[in-house]
Amino acid sequence: MTTPGAPAVAPYQSPEPAGRDGFAQLVHAEWTKLRTVRGWLIGLFLVIVVTDLLGIFGGGFSNVACITGPGARPQTGAACTPQVPTGPGGEAVQDTYYLAGQALAGNGTLTARVTSLATEHGLPSGPQGQNITLQPGAVAWAKSGIIITASTRPGAAYAAVMVSQSHGVRMQHDYTGDTAGLTGAASAASPRWLRLTRAGDTVTGYDSADGVHWATVGTVRLPGLAATVRAGLFAAAPDWEQSTTNVGGGENGQGGPSLATATLDQVSASGGWTTGRWQGTAVGGPDLSQVGYQQAGGRFTVRGSGDIAPMVPGPGGREQTIEQHLIGVFAGLIVVIMVAVLFITVEYRRGLIRTTLTASPRRGRVLAAKAVVIGSVTFVAGLIAAVIAVIGGVAVVHSQFGYVYPVTGLTWVRVVAGSALLLAVAAVLAVAVGTILRRTAAAVTVGVVVLVLPYILGVAAILPGGAAQWVLRITPAAAFAIQQSIPAYPQVDNVYLPTTGYYPLAPWAGFAVLCGWTALAFGLAVVLIRRRDA
Amino acid sequence: MEATVEVGGLRKRFGPALALDGMTFVVQPGQVTGFVGPNGAGKSTTMRVILGLDAPDQGQALIGGRPYASLRHPLSHVGALLDAAALQPSRSARHHLLWLAHSQGLRARRVDEVIGLTGLASAATRKAGGYSLGMRQRLGIAAALLGDPPVLMLDEPFNGLDPEGIVWMRGFLRALAAEGRAVLVSSHLMSELQDAADHLVVVGRGKVVADTSVTDLIASASGDRVALRTEARSGAMTVLANAGATVAATGPDTLTVTGLPSQKIVTLLGESGVPFSEVSAHRATLEEAYMELTRDVTEFRGAEVAR
Repeated sequence: MTTPGAPAVAPYQSPEPAGRDGFAQLVHAEWTKLRTVRGWLIGLFLVIVVTDLLGIFGGGFSNVACITGPGARPQTGAACTPQVPTGPGGEAVQDTYYLAGQALAGNGTLTARVTSLATEHGLPSGPQGQNITLQPGAVAWAKSGIIITASTRPGAAYAAVMVSQSHGVRMQHDYTGDTAGLTGAASAASPRWLRLTRAGDTVTGYDSADGVHWATVGTVRLPGLAATVRAGLFAAAPDWEQSTTNVGGGENGQGGPSLATATLDQVSASGGWTTGRWQGTAVGGPDLSQVGYQQAGGRFTVRGSGDIAPMVPGPGGREQTIEQHLIGVFAGLIVVIMVAVLFITVEYRRGLIRTTLTASPRRGRVLAAKAVVIGSVTFVAGLIAAVIAVIGGVAVVHSQFGYVYPVTGLTWVRVVAGSALLLAVAAVLAVAVGTILRRTAAAVTVGVVVLVLPYILGVAAILPGGAAQWVLRITPAAAFAIQQSIPAYPQVDNVYLPTTGYYPLAPWAGFAVLCGWTALAFGLAVVLIRRRDA
Repeated sequence: MEATVEVGGLRKRFGPALALDGMTFVVQPGQVTGFVGPNGAGKSTTMRVILGLDAPDQGQALIGGRPYASLRHPLSHVGALLDAAALQPSRSARHHLLWLAHSQGLRARRVDEVIGLTGLASAATRKAGGYSLGMRQRLGIAAALLGDPPVLMLDEPFNGLDPEGIVWMRGFLRALAAEGRAVLVSSHLMSELQDAADHLVVVGRGKVVADTSVTDLIASASGDRVALRTEARSGAMTVLANAGATVAATGPDTLTVTGLPSQKIVTLLGESGVPFSEVSAHRATLEEAYMELTRDVTEFRGAEVAR
């Protein structure tokens, strides 16, 4: 055995200019990898196709005949478009109540005492449901009290202090605002004193159990409130509904309009206001013929139906939300998971990972570059898909005289861009899972099980409500909450479950759950790819 | 930077199997170093350790004095071909080289240069999945040359090449070494390295068995043997054996004689009247030299663990 010295040859010096070494180069390389495999590009295009096909045409919306009022003939077309007022915040609202009020100018105070609030359920009867018979029945959010409103046009700005049947005294304003006051129901033995004071744009509500000791319930601002407002006594009772959940999902129920009958006395005006003649108005049109008011001495009986509250999507409603057109995102998500998993597992299967890691020995940066590329590309594809799905889906509904809940621009952007973000972060999660498992089939399965399956179980009423909420709280599928455009309002009774479009977590909180899981998986992937032999 | 590869005391265990057992050698610039040994001797593992892909349990490998993982734009320091099949089948050869170039911030023009150098120009835009093994080897060489590195490391580059391709590869490797590059070429078939390698690192069971120049190896393997051609084979054998030589028949009319210089053989045969047509100093082939060298090592082959 001999060890010769180095031969007399000058070591090679490349005339090539030195390359650059940076994260941008890695991202460029991963982008080149992605765009040069036609199957992956087709997959990303497929994300758009399945998301949009399901979103625009999968809603199952079709124009149906409607009966616009008791005894009316069935109609089709534009007459069936629900006429929904919009509140000061741009949201869809219910604004139906009975008002015994008058015009009051400038600043002042109204005081009244509520001594009873009784409710009845209306049951439609007759061949076409045109007759309504009343029978006693509880309506938790039936309410009566003092209201100051800009006008009796539905959707007008207002502030009110009221007694509710089951939720005590409330101060509410502009449909979404709700503050609790004294607890307990109002009765002759235990009446509730209410007071509402206007000072410019500011309205303050007070309550008292004895008319002597007063407490502030809340102070709200009604920007730009006209000098002269409509103010007075009101009563309203939201539609009642009784439902039973069947074993294995599905609901049976019946419902109809409700009637609230409130008794108020000790009505007085002060602080610049003096009361004149009271005038009855069925704001939003009467949906029961029994509404109205009577005045006998200082005693008022106000009968009202309807609600002053945000309108919310519930079970069986024909009204649609924008996110109903993003139903296809879960299908797009399956495709995203497959493409993103393959983006890394193909390298393991072919041994290409060694070439990759030879070119870039800093392995964490390689994974980061992959995440940036697959995340960005998926975001763009997801954004295109979501924008087309929502705009196209809403256009289809409108063309068929349907109704879509209005949302603010910010909410629209959050729902649409949030869906794209969901897909993008899910893609990063899929790359991490693919790195950890190094097997395509296993990684795709895990991705679908943690992202898609909980969503389907939760929103398709396969799991009971409580389990569905837990699943959508702790799994990465919690991120679908980012699609919810209409919040759940405590002051509106409704079925707030994933099946009806309500998620247990707030939009960004749900998205944060996905980000948390992704950060965890990505961290583990980085540790493993650094530690393992390639 | 210095174009050397230094491998020092590498040990690595895969489960119960000892893959590397103190592997130590140096690859010098300006020559083709053959990295030879039976399958499972630890050649591929050593190359993976050099490239920072596998972590050794002990020892280290340095490129120009630095660990591979510390190299910036490493393809400009070391070009490696580990597995010609490591390709995304649906990606074209050109695009495969392009992403590699992008990862180092190299110019896209360099991609077309290495495609030309390796004779792939006509097939560059075809999907790599449709490539023959020989074309994949060329693509692997192209990838290794992308950064125009002073060190090249090729694992079994002759695999799948047709005879024409083998001749091309030998010439190509020699040309690269002549430019001053350090070229390490592994093979389990010594014959492939004939006329290609200048230096040999022979390994078995995870360590170096011989580290020698090809000239020295062949000289030592050839020994003082003399090839003799004669029609009177048995007569010649008797005469030479009586004179103290070891004689072996290698064909119907050929003998190999050990222990006597050729002049003495000519004299002895002449004195005894044995006819002969040719006497020449025997020159061993590289393969013969290798077989002689690894005779002991290959006995352990049954215990080798292939990976």
